Amino acid sequence: MDAANTIVTAANLAGGYPIKTVWKDVDFSIGRGEFVAVLGPNGSGKTTLFRLLLGLERPLAGSLSVLGKMPQRGNPQIGYVPQRHPIDSETEIEALQLVRLGLDGHHWGIGFGNQGTEEAHKALRTVGAEELAHRPLGMLSGGELQRIFLAEALVGNPELLLLDEPLSNLDMRRESNFVQLINSVVRSRGVTVLLIAHNINPLLPVLDRVIYVANGRITTGKPSDVLTSKTLTDLYGIPIEVLKDSRGRIAIVGMDEPLADHHQHG
Amino acid sequence: MDNANFSFNIIADLQFMWQYDFMRHAFEAGTIVAIIAGIVGYFVVLRRSSFAAHALSHIGFAGAAGAVLFGINPIIGLLVFTSGGGIAMATLGRKAAERDVQIGTVLAFMLGLGVLFISLYSGYATEAYSLLFGEILGISMSDVIVTLVAAIILLAIIGAIYRPLLFTSLDEDVAEAKGVSIVMIGILFMILIAIATSMAVQVVGVLLIFALMVTPAATAQRLARRPGQGILISVLIALFATWFGLFISFYVPYPVSFFITSTTFVIYLATRFIRRPLPNLGISDGA
Repeated sequence: MDAANTIVTAANLAGGYPIKTVWKDVDFSIGRGEFVAVLGPNGSGKTTLFRLLLGLERPLAGSLSVLGKMPQRGNPQIGYVPQRHPIDSETEIEALQLVRLGLDGHHWGIGFGNQGTEEAHKALRTVGAEELAHRPLGMLSGGELQRIFLAEALVGNPELLLLDEPLSNLDMRRESNFVQLINSVVRSRGVTVLLIAHNINPLLPVLDRVIYVANGRITTGKPSDVLTSKTLTDLYGIPIEVLKDSRGRIAIVGMDEPLADHHQHG
Repeated sequence: MDNANFSFNIIADLQFMWQYDFMRHAFEAGTIVAIIAGIVGYFVVLRRSSFAAHALSHIGFAGAAGAVLFGINPIIGLLVFTSGGGIAMATLGRKAAERDVQIGTVLAFMLGLGVLFISLYSGYATEAYSLLFGEILGISMSDVIVTLVAAIILLAIIGAIYRPLLFTSLDEDVAEAKGVSIVMIGILFMILIAIATSMAVQVVGVLLIFALMVTPAATAQRLARRPGQGILISVLIALFATWFGLFISFYVPYPVSFFITSTTFVIYLATRFIRRPLPNLGISDGA
């Protein structure tokens, strides 16, 4: 991968809190336009990786470079969809306003003018949610909200998208529709996507790469290389089996009973 | 009051009342406070900080009562205590909404402290009464000017932090990632509440602060899809209630605060029952 097309580079990276290292000795690089799934059990440090990329936390050791620079908070080249949003059913504010804040919400002042509104409409069109522009946020379904959050992340035309569990509240059909939507954005705009997920299967048809976080370490590579019994057994340090069904869907099963709950996918 | 007969010619009625200085000052201060409370209240409701605002007004009560005891202008005591309390809340708890119990315990203690100060003060109980329930008809020209200056400062701060404040209110995690300082906006907002509360105490008092800071904004939030519209509606309701309350109280010997709180409450109830939210039918969810 040449330098100009490398979006993220981690070398000897360690992440976590000052009192506790969550993972360490991590080396990987991600190229422009790659669709990357970030997998691993709860609490393994997937969100920590995002917070490092966003510049919200600093590496405990090693180096991390995002778009050729040290991560810095407020990087306009990064679009972010966090795991949780405080939108409740009483919020009457229309979706368009939230998307617009994704563009200029960090600026001082009141922000008159229509340019932001036009950009917000464009972002909503990109995610196929234009008809939701004037609907109250509190009345949108989980799938509709995910598209609004995606539009909010895309509105500034970022080069890197970080999506923290965007599929977690969707049923199976909406899950695969949403993956297709993200994929079409990635391919048409050359955007790089890191997506934290619990279920790998809806992502398998579109993935370029997997970052697997577990047991204080991180392994990366093509899905076919990472999602094997051998690689995951090495990573976890306990016997893991990757099972495949007739349609290529996989299940990751921990052979060690006490951890089994965490390792079941799909 | 002589010649104070309602005439159905509202303009003439208002002109008549405004011949009295205390009525003119009441309308002036009431107008300024309604505008500020309507604007700040919108964000209070949006951020679900109404309990914090409520608590700040009680903390302010202790400050005001203490100031009275030591012969200082109660507004100074109010401002110092509400600002201090607000900054402490914003610094200690990022998720202030989850700190109901802590805020509540401090609130109760402060109210008790206020009661002590009032009882130590050998003056009239009317001081306490006016702090608790407001005394808009006792506002002087210099009070009006102080209120106006405070309002201009508040409007300047709100104008400056409008977008980040809205962003952190709606989507804190993304705002933080975009470079907004959540803690700084939180502190500035608490200071806004503190100043607005201190102003509103003159009109409706510590105990009735919700009537101007929360009820109009809660109503507006149900009606508006855009923040700008919501703020406008919130201000209009607060203004109407204040003017209507003052107007009525000129003819009827009951407290202004009662008419203001009743007006905002009736408007809130009306919107609650008349405009039910459309059900989410869950159709055509393509994602």
